[in-house]
Amino acid sequence: MSAQIAGLTAAPGARLRALGGDWLQRLCLLFLVVFVLVAAFAPWLAPQDPTFGDLGAGLVGPGAGHLLGTDQGGHDTFSALLEGSRTSLVGPLAVVLFSTATGIAVGLFSAWRGGWTDTVLGRLLDVLFAFPALLVAILAVAVFGKGMTAPVIAMSIAYMPYTARLVRGLALQEQARPYVAAYQVQGHSGLFIAVRRLLPNIGPTVLAQSTVNFGYALLDLAALSFLGLGVQPPTPDWGAMINQSQDAVLQGQPLSAIVPAVAVVLVVVAFNVVGENLGDRLAGRDS
Amino acid sequence: MSRAANRALGGLRRLAGMAATLLVTSFLVFSSLYLAPGDPASFLVRGRSAGPAELAQIRRQYGFDQPFFVRYGHWLDGVLHGDFGRSYIFHQDVSSVIASRLPATLLLVGISALMIAVVGVAAGMVGALRRGTRTDSALMLLVTVGAAAPAFVAALLLRSVFGVKLGWFPTIGNGTGVLDRLHHVVLPALALSVTFMALVTRVTRTSMLDELRREHVEVALSRGTPRRTVIRRHVLRNALGPIVTVSALLISGMLVSTSIVETAFGMSGIGSLLVQSVNQLDFQVVQAIVLLVVAAFVVVNALVDLVHPLIDPRVAAAGSAR
Amino acid sequence: MALLEYEALSISLPGTARPVLDGIDLTVRAGEVVALVGESGSGKSVTARAALGLFPAGATVGGRVRVEGTDLVGADAAELRTVRTGTASMIFQDPRAGINPVRRIGDFLTEPLRLVHRWSRERANARALELLAAVGLPDPVRHLRQFPHELSGGMLQRVMIAGALTVEPRLLLCDEPTTALDVSTQAEIMAVLGRLQRERDLGLLLITHDIDLAAAACDRIYVMYAGRIVETATTAELFAAPRHPYTAGLLGSTPPLTAPEGPPARLIPIPGAPMGLLDSAPGCAFAARCRFAAPGLCDQSPPPLELHGTALVACHRADELVDAQPNTLMREDS
Repeated sequence: MSAQIAGLTAAPGARLRALGGDWLQRLCLLFLVVFVLVAAFAPWLAPQDPTFGDLGAGLVGPGAGHLLGTDQGGHDTFSALLEGSRTSLVGPLAVVLFSTATGIAVGLFSAWRGGWTDTVLGRLLDVLFAFPALLVAILAVAVFGKGMTAPVIAMSIAYMPYTARLVRGLALQEQARPYVAAYQVQGHSGLFIAVRRLLPNIGPTVLAQSTVNFGYALLDLAALSFLGLGVQPPTPDWGAMINQSQDAVLQGQPLSAIVPAVAVVLVVVAFNVVGENLGDRLAGRDS
Repeated sequence: MSRAANRALGGLRRLAGMAATLLVTSFLVFSSLYLAPGDPASFLVRGRSAGPAELAQIRRQYGFDQPFFVRYGHWLDGVLHGDFGRSYIFHQDVSSVIASRLPATLLLVGISALMIAVVGVAAGMVGALRRGTRTDSALMLLVTVGAAAPAFVAALLLRSVFGVKLGWFPTIGNGTGVLDRLHHVVLPALALSVTFMALVTRVTRTSMLDELRREHVEVALSRGTPRRTVIRRHVLRNALGPIVTVSALLISGMLVSTSIVETAFGMSGIGSLLVQSVNQLDFQVVQAIVLLVVAAFVVVNALVDLVHPLIDPRVAAAGSAR
Repeated sequence: MALLEYEALSISLPGTARPVLDGIDLTVRAGEVVALVGESGSGKSVTARAALGLFPAGATVGGRVRVEGTDLVGADAAELRTVRTGTASMIFQDPRAGINPVRRIGDFLTEPLRLVHRWSRERANARALELLAAVGLPDPVRHLRQFPHELSGGMLQRVMIAGALTVEPRLLLCDEPTTALDVSTQAEIMAVLGRLQRERDLGLLLITHDIDLAAAACDRIYVMYAGRIVETATTAELFAAPRHPYTAGLLGSTPPLTAPEGPPARLIPIPGAPMGLLDSAPGCAFAARCRFAAPGLCDQSPPPLELHGTALVACHRADELVDAQPNTLMREDS
């Protein structure tokens, strides 16, 4: 949604660090590890089958039978929370992997070729910047139908320019350094220098950007499912869970919506803090 | 060449750039129809029973028998005249379907933008001026959570607390009459604002801190100008450039988020129309809205580009030097 | 009553090993031109800013700074404003950084008049035009409408000077006013400053690292090292017979302005580096770099500023060294 901002402003992470020292960073990192483990082992961890709706047990409060209660359709919220982490991990991960890979390729190509190739690519990236990821995802659903595949691919394209522009800038900086000229003099090809030497140097910065992007991609995909256009029930998904609980919210029983909402926010906060601290640390190392 | 002529030329170049961006955008949006598998005519009437005669009529109307670029030309010509085709669901022109829902969305976005600007800039200023205090830390914590709280989560919480629990605000619909509409739009506008408020707060704080460190601030203080005046005339004024340019980048995200907020609050507007049209396979409407959102982003940012030299004269100098 | 008077001014910042300023005593009388000379980091800029009540954030301040009798240490906002908008003003080192780049030159010049003294725009503009002409800018009417980036560094420093003079101060603090400029402009700016000082009978405190510049412009020189005044004397005395080894080092490490007879003298750099805020010494701060440092003497308590002849010197060995031949201190070995 707003990944552009992440690159433009200093991170609050540094200030938060001042607030509580490095423990916040560690806590977030730990939380992300738990998130990934839960996503990996969700089917074994979930006490019940979240796709099973016990219509006789709708909107049950938290208790022994259902740790976090049930939603209107009688689905166990805790189990849905655990299993819903899987789409929240896999979807954004795919977006970040695709967009980072293509972004690196486009950015390096643009920087290396320079001249009008660089200019034209730059203009095209500008055009892509005008397309917010969620909008592109919605358009993809309109064309290809509901589900995750088309939106993930569409969003990968929408997120690509952020990485591409970052990599282009970094590559131009690195290109000016003496070691690149030294390699060129030794007769190494541009591709060799790019892959063997440049990537390791710009990798950490790109990783920081991708970490932040992960959080935003998660928000976009969850929004899509919330709109009923992404992950379809009965497959458990945090965004879809909130969507399914709209009526319960109006009846004053918002728990089955609040649980996934809190999960989304916590995971995104964790990704932002980790990503931005990584960025801060790199910035500190450079200066 | 004179400075005025230089500036005019720079303006023209920006306008040309904007036109080019819009052209490419329209082409991408137009082409998206042809990414769909199968016959485009049948794609447009998906989900409805359409006889061969109707299909043939659609093919003729859209010129599917003509070359791709000719069709694009026709379509673009129509779009430039405000003709986005016909909706097969509403049996109306797409433009009138959109026009009837536009005011509600403009109200929502307008109120929200106002909240974002006022609260975001004020909070950012407080953070910068009280840097390192507890107030600042609390604000930064809010910003971190706010930036990670999507509109649907904000909508959920606002509805639960202020709609259902406290009953202060309606939880559904647009309302009728001026006051009722405003009453209905408060919670949705807040829900739409949260993320962007956080981001504007962050930009304002960073930008103000950058300016506070500048020597000309100390010079102004050394000349006896009161601190409040220095902050207004030299710190906030100078921080405005980044604040405005970054805020302009948020426009597209905000417009898309209206789909979330309007859906969550059961409002009728462009955002909910987009979602509804995707669900009802009304592709013409989807295409038109996508184009409008992107165009709004491009135009707003081009305008900000044009205004930027007025906010920061150094930009004008850099522009004419190029 | 002196125009500007520092009395044992001390400033310390948390987390540093030594005070930024340690017992500064300094006086500028009306119409007098005084220089404060030292290496970067010696605390001379902090000293100058203190004369306007600008203390570093979070600093502990002790002692007094009086401007026409008003003590700025612990002064309230009204007192500070009276001094800043009527008695004293400051010319900063880098006019590019010191003048708001997004506001017009006219705004910069008239701000104190319009916002503090509530002058009308016309009256303030007329005054600004006068001042721009007084600092020798060619086209005052046009400059008033221009932005800082449209002027050269030298022109902008003249604007800075004009800005300092808007409120007709009696005390002018000049913090390295020519350091950011190229050499030919430096002389012009110093000439403008000198002329204005004489015309308006200003008291002037020139902060500089350049002891020859100080000599050319000033009646009296204070030499500062690591937050302390180490020597003060009239310019002629100081050049004829520097008493403190650091002063001598400064004189010996810069080329003389007038070439003496015979082969050019060798320049002798002062060994070592200036002391940072994180370093401290139990005795004389200069001892580590001093050729005359005597163990058991110079590493004891810091030397007090005492009268030796007509100069005030802070050196444990001042008595012994004062009898040495003039210029001995500057020679490579003695």
